Amino acid sequence: MSQPDVLHQAFELGFTYTRSTGPVVGRFLTELKKRNIVGIKASDGRVIVPPMEYDPDTAEELGEFVEVGQQGEIVSFAWVREPRAAHPFDRPFAWAMIKLDGADVPMVHCVAAEAESDVATGARVQAVWADEPRGFITDIRCFELV
Amino acid sequence: MSDENNVGEDNETVTGIEAPIYLKYNFTAGAAASRFLTRIKEGVLTGQRCPRCSQVYIPPRGSCAACGVPTEEEVELADKATVESFTIVSIPIPGNPIEPPFVVANLVPDGANISVIHLLSECDNAEVHIGQRVQAVWKPQEEWGYALDNIRYFKPLDEPDVPVERIGKLPVTGLEG
Repeated sequence: MSQPDVLHQAFELGFTYTRSTGPVVGRFLTELKKRNIVGIKASDGRVIVPPMEYDPDTAEELGEFVEVGQQGEIVSFAWVREPRAAHPFDRPFAWAMIKLDGADVPMVHCVAAEAESDVATGARVQAVWADEPRGFITDIRCFELV
Repeated sequence: MSDENNVGEDNETVTGIEAPIYLKYNFTAGAAASRFLTRIKEGVLTGQRCPRCSQVYIPPRGSCAACGVPTEEEVELADKATVESFTIVSIPIPGNPIEPPFVVANLVPDGANISVIHLLSECDNAEVHIGQRVQAVWKPQEEWGYALDNIRYFKPLDEPDVPVERIGKLPVTGLEG
């Protein structure tokens, strides 16, 4: 038996999920569509963004929404030198944990910056909105350094 | 995601999102499967025989799962087969162009000892049964590629059923052999 040429082929496997958002994340996304960012008040008074349905300590149901600021502070970040196809930018950018004004926990989002050296822990950033918000996390296109 | 989110009755409140995940990869067939696909492009089903237990595998994997030894001997198989098991699919599967109800079966080609999965058609679904004799219906030769769907489906043969204990044990010459 002769050795064959080894065959190969490109494949794409798609899992076309539709996810139900529930009342809490649904409210968060609905507010994004209106260019508002809301968190939720936990049992110990902390404001959690994005909001969660149940208290992380007591597991009690949460429901007190709190609007938070559109500016915040970088708590930590990772600079992406070579963005991948699925990334929100086709040029270098940062993933960052951003603690929005009025929130007590940071939220992950992307930060547009010219260079890694421009980004720092403690730097102030401002949300940049998509032209047509539609109720998705990408309604916040990115954060920019203030 | 699509441009339209799922929204509630007020046409405003977000109730759902599209969150697809796409896995893109490059499948490399390897030597055994490449050889199998090269032969099926020529309209021939082939397997590989284990040098130790003599089982014939289709599609060949290049080794025997039972004995753990390489399989190098290529065996030409018939395009006649026996139904080892089957299921009737009644629920549409997203992305699958075949309209239900349709029959998916594990079929053991004559000369092989294990089954391959394929479609059964040109049959009364209610009368499909284990041990039934079937034969491949091939696409026109000009459409053959490196793929098992060179065979459109299998259709029933007017031959006596194979007793359950002989399924997977027929020679290439079939029941008569």
